[in-house]
Amino acid sequence: MFILEAVGSFVLRILETWGGFIILLFQTLKQCKRIPRMRYVLQQMAHLGVDTLPIVMLTMLFTGMVVTLQTVTEFIKFGAQSTIGGVVTIAVGRELGPVLVGVVAAGRVGAAITAELSTMKVTEQIDALEVMATNPIRYLVVPRLIACMVMLPLLVVFGDVIGSFGGWVIANYYDVSSFMYMQSINSFVVIHDFTGGLIKAVVFGSIIAIIGCYYGLNAGNGAEGVGKAATKSVVDAIMAIFFFNCFLSLLLYR
Amino acid sequence: MLIKLIDVNKSFKDYKVLKNINLSINKGETLAIIGASGSGKSTLLKLMIGLERPSSGQVWIKNEDIAKLNEEELDKVRLNMGMVFQYSALFDSMTVADNVAFGLREHSSLTEAEIGHIVEEKLNTVGLKDFANYMPNELSGGMKKRVSLARAIAFEPEIILYDEPTSGLDPVMAGKIDKLIKYTQEKMHVTSVVVTHDMDSAYYIADRIAMIYEGEIIALEDAHAIKTSSDKRVQEFINGGRII
Repeated sequence: MFILEAVGSFVLRILETWGGFIILLFQTLKQCKRIPRMRYVLQQMAHLGVDTLPIVMLTMLFTGMVVTLQTVTEFIKFGAQSTIGGVVTIAVGRELGPVLVGVVAAGRVGAAITAELSTMKVTEQIDALEVMATNPIRYLVVPRLIACMVMLPLLVVFGDVIGSFGGWVIANYYDVSSFMYMQSINSFVVIHDFTGGLIKAVVFGSIIAIIGCYYGLNAGNGAEGVGKAATKSVVDAIMAIFFFNCFLSLLLYR
Repeated sequence: MLIKLIDVNKSFKDYKVLKNINLSINKGETLAIIGASGSGKSTLLKLMIGLERPSSGQVWIKNEDIAKLNEEELDKVRLNMGMVFQYSALFDSMTVADNVAFGLREHSSLTEAEIGHIVEEKLNTVGLKDFANYMPNELSGGMKKRVSLARAIAFEPEIILYDEPTSGLDPVMAGKIDKLIKYTQEKMHVTSVVVTHDMDSAYYIADRIAMIYEGEIIALEDAHAIKTSSDKRVQEFINGGRII
């Protein structure tokens, strides 16, 4: 009986949380009917997107290098070194780019959104917005959602390029020529390998923004509440990214 | 009547915070609400501006029962109201000037030059003209309260609500805030509701004082009547627990 109760309350908690995400998403879309001030959106784009670029570049550079490092010797053994550029670039474009950029952004951007909004909540700044007849969802959530949906695909573009570049560096070290590497990219990679990744990035961007804002707007009181909200936001966003990535891969690349 | 509460009850889960509150506040009047911590003063203030909804009863602001309004309709009522929060609630990512200009930028079609002029005038009123470009974290508690007041009066509202405006301030700064509240009331003819623990402040600024005890209004009188009240609970509160 105790186990059944525990399972039941766990399921109810998950449903309540996801219900909260979905309600916030619809409330945010409803507020989008009024065009948000571009100044706020651009501020968020700079804050959430541009500042995340260095960590995305580093992550994807090393990921491209490691993927090549792990595969190049096997490919050479089977005389398939002429395909290494295409394989690495497809892996980066379809999966590694969007997922890893999503995870990095969930850690950096999602946590930042939650920490900022939850601090605003505990210091009554969100009440102050409401008192000044400003809808907090329109003022705080809409610009962050737009910024994440626009900036995450851009970060993925940079990540894909730098990931493929990392692969080229290692392939070169193993005597795979630049010409062969590029030739294999030209032969194997199609535009859908990248566009599919970009579609994923748009979805991941909205997941990060909505989950980050939800936990920020519903944070408990005090410093402990802010810390807990930030942790939950990052964990839930990463789990959601992996979950949705599975479905999107099925949908986009079947 | 500018503000009228009829049979208002408010509960959080099973805990009744406010019980059957009936209160009328006249245009241009300053009402101080006193009471012990946790007696429901701040909740009452939040009900008046729609940050909380009553569990039952009516909250009339001018001709609207705000308990029945949706958020968009409520926002129209709120444009006519300002609030000074207990911990100021300044937007910490904006300068002092941007904080004061916020409502004007969001809800008016004024040019930046016109907004700048109003911001300067309001900051001058609260004696912080030279601090326009400071960030809130560079200000003292008293200065933050004054910026919060400048922000509340920027839109020239008819009603201003104050949540413990002098708490945590030294007596000199508390006196300055009291003078500003009085000055705002006299110059702009606003209706003010001030939640406070500070009896000197309440006697100085208020036309009437309401005392809340365990969620109920047990006294609603002018300062002299409150001082001479025969109610033991009132005497205990105003004398800081030292009944004479």
